Amino acid sequence: MIAHIFEDLCTGCNACVAACPDHVLDLGPATVPVIARLDQCQTCFMCELYCPADAIFVAPDQRAPEHVDPAAILASGQLGQMRRDQGWGTGDADPLREYWRLGPLLMEGAQRAVDRYKQSHPEWSPPER
Amino acid sequence: MSELKLEADVLVIGGGMAAGWAAIAAARTGARVVLADKGFVGTSGVTATAGPNHWWVPPDPAQREAAISRRFQSGFGLADKAWMARVIDTTWRILPELAPYYPFSRDGAGGTFFSGVRGPEYMRALRNFATDLGVRILDHHPALELLLHPDGSVAGAAGYARLERRNWSIRAGAVVMATGGCAFRSGLIGSRGNTGDGCLMAVEAGAELSGMEFSVAYTLSPAWCSTRTLPYTAARFFDVDGNELDIPPGSGAEHLRGLAAAFRGGPVYADLRDAPAPLRTILGRIQPATAPPFARKGVRLFDERFEVKLFGEGTIRGTGGLRIADAHCQTTVRGLFAAGDAATRELIAGATSGGGAQNSAWALTSGYEAGEGAATLARKSVRGNDGPVLRAGRTALRPAAAAKTVDDGAAIAVAAAQILPLDKALWRERETLEASQLLLDQVWAELVAHRQAEGLDQVGAREAAAIVATARWCNFAALARPESRGIHLRADAPRTLPELASRLVTGGTDALWTRFEADLQAGAAA
Ligand SMILES: Cc1cc2nc3c(=O)[nH]c(=O)nc-3n(C[C@H](O)[C@H](O)[C@H](O)COP(=O)(O)OP(=O)(O)OC[C@H]3O[C@@H](n4cnc5c(N)ncnc54)[C@H](O)[C@@H]3O)c2cc1C
Ligand code: SF4
Ligand code: SF4
Repeated sequence: MIAHIFEDLCTGCNACVAACPDHVLDLGPATVPVIARLDQCQTCFMCELYCPADAIFVAPDQRAPEHVDPAAILASGQLGQMRRDQGWGTGDADPLREYWRLGPLLMEGAQRAVDRYKQSHPEWSPPER
Repeated sequence: MSELKLEADVLVIGGGMAAGWAAIAAARTGARVVLADKGFVGTSGVTATAGPNHWWVPPDPAQREAAISRRFQSGFGLADKAWMARVIDTTWRILPELAPYYPFSRDGAGGTFFSGVRGPEYMRALRNFATDLGVRILDHHPALELLLHPDGSVAGAAGYARLERRNWSIRAGAVVMATGGCAFRSGLIGSRGNTGDGCLMAVEAGAELSGMEFSVAYTLSPAWCSTRTLPYTAARFFDVDGNELDIPPGSGAEHLRGLAAAFRGGPVYADLRDAPAPLRTILGRIQPATAPPFARKGVRLFDERFEVKLFGEGTIRGTGGLRIADAHCQTTVRGLFAAGDAATRELIAGATSGGGAQNSAWALTSGYEAGEGAATLARKSVRGNDGPVLRAGRTALRPAAAAKTVDDGAAIAVAAAQILPLDKALWRERETLEASQLLLDQVWAELVAHRQAEGLDQVGAREAAAIVATARWCNFAALARPESRGIHLRADAPRTLPELASRLVTGGTDALWTRFEADLQAGAAA
């Protein structure tokens, strides 16, 4: 669940308030958004993706709120990592050049599982799909 | 703030890929289009957090014929070859038109990779495409109910703007319902707002559902966070003592039942050491949101075992939804069209899941057809956007008896507990289904009688009502199909009965009913 907004990084642009699909955030009285309905957070990382200032940290557990240490987050390099991987705001003109490999890699994994299972269960054959 | 009142030719309800394509298709005909989404068009719905790979078959007659007959067979007699052909063809023609807005890249073989698109970029592209065509997008404007003309045809919808905190109503010549499927708040990635609202609104207005018994689908993820599944396809599974579990691979019934049996013995752990090696370096670039739940928990995804869970997908990668009555995806209610996961996908997937390629091709095609059909109907309409209307919404908006406190969370928990548990879902039986139906009927009756919401509370209250309603339809349909077929697995009726090779239609809000389509047609012919 969303765990922290770094006040000193936040520019108050409110992109995250608009982008959160689950209405977790409200406009703040000052400029920093307020986490108003944490129970509605689905841990989708979309607020991080839409924050141009990399000021938001979503903690990994969707089952319950987590306490985080802002200094440790800054030190971890995780802040904004997802957005950089996504290629947003990095100036990468071809962010999806590896995307075609998704299908073949999915299939390769599935085939490995089938081959492995056949070795231990020679009589088994995969169900028709 | 005072109520927002708007007029349009076509109103699209929803903000995922089906809604996006519907709005684009309608706007291309010159219609005035308003799109109202519960969330934000770009992040809401399961399209945004997924990376849908579309059913992608080149326009070579032999290849298409082969693809269709393969999927027709695996649909257990309930699919429709003509619809399959249209979906393949429309997807092939239309998806590349997104090129000005989406950074399509190489396919590794000298061409362009069109079929698979990444969620956030896809939804951003649809948003920009629609905006350039003049579509008015209203984010954070969940619809609550349909408006009807006195003759029962659709006149628009009403809802609540949750950032501005005011009611809205929009009059339109036709409405496209593209609100996605329902995952019963299982925690499935991207699905929190997918609560079945569109089915509830439409059935209250008289629409019918089809295939609601095909609502059993699950996706594997770490126990603490639902993600996409790319890294897990070669997983081995272990129990808490480190013994390897005997789980047949795949994604079908055998695999799910194997995992379900393992969960009865305690926590299950996945080991990804067999995953294809390139994933270690490029996972972040393909699926950037899959790595953080591990990195931030200090779990080395490919080197350490981690606890897993199956997250229910309900009617998202299940198949049931609003019944389609014509080639433009109109429902049985005049002026109301259905698209994407809000509609039944039996026409192309039959009794199985359309996940993995068909569902997104369906969402694109049904969205496109519905948008065009809605625009055509609106243009022909002579009625105009005034005249009296009825508000079709009832449960949680206009209680039947004295208003009193009803706990939405408890109602949702009852619904989820009937539909999601693996042992109930993968081994359906008359007795347990009947017991579930009693519980669901009680919760529904309580909501109908007493729940009354105002302001922002309306949104959550209607979500709870829609989840309970969807659970009732799924459970009721499961009872009405006394056989096993596709993803509908009855432990007490394991065989597939040739005489039941017909789509099952469900309807009603308080008193539910079902009828096999074959019987409907026989009745109409008689
Ligand atoms: C993890 C995952 C991976 C998948 N991968 C694939 C794949 O590879 N290939 C494939 O074919 N399919 C795949 N699917 C299925 C595919 O993503 C869906 O079929 C498709 O995204 C459905 O689009 P949709 O627009 O109907 O629904 P969604 O994208 O879910 O959109 C529903 C929209 O309705 C809005 N809404 C809900 N209620 C209301 C309301 N009351 N008022 C206004 N708006 C409302 C929501 O905000 C949301 O914007 C996958 C699904 C998941 C969950
Ligand atoms: S993680 Fe998703 S649901 Fe949670 S606050 Fe961010 S955008 Fe909203
Ligand atoms: S998007 Fe980032 S910078 Fe903008 S208001 Fe939100 S946290 Fe602050």
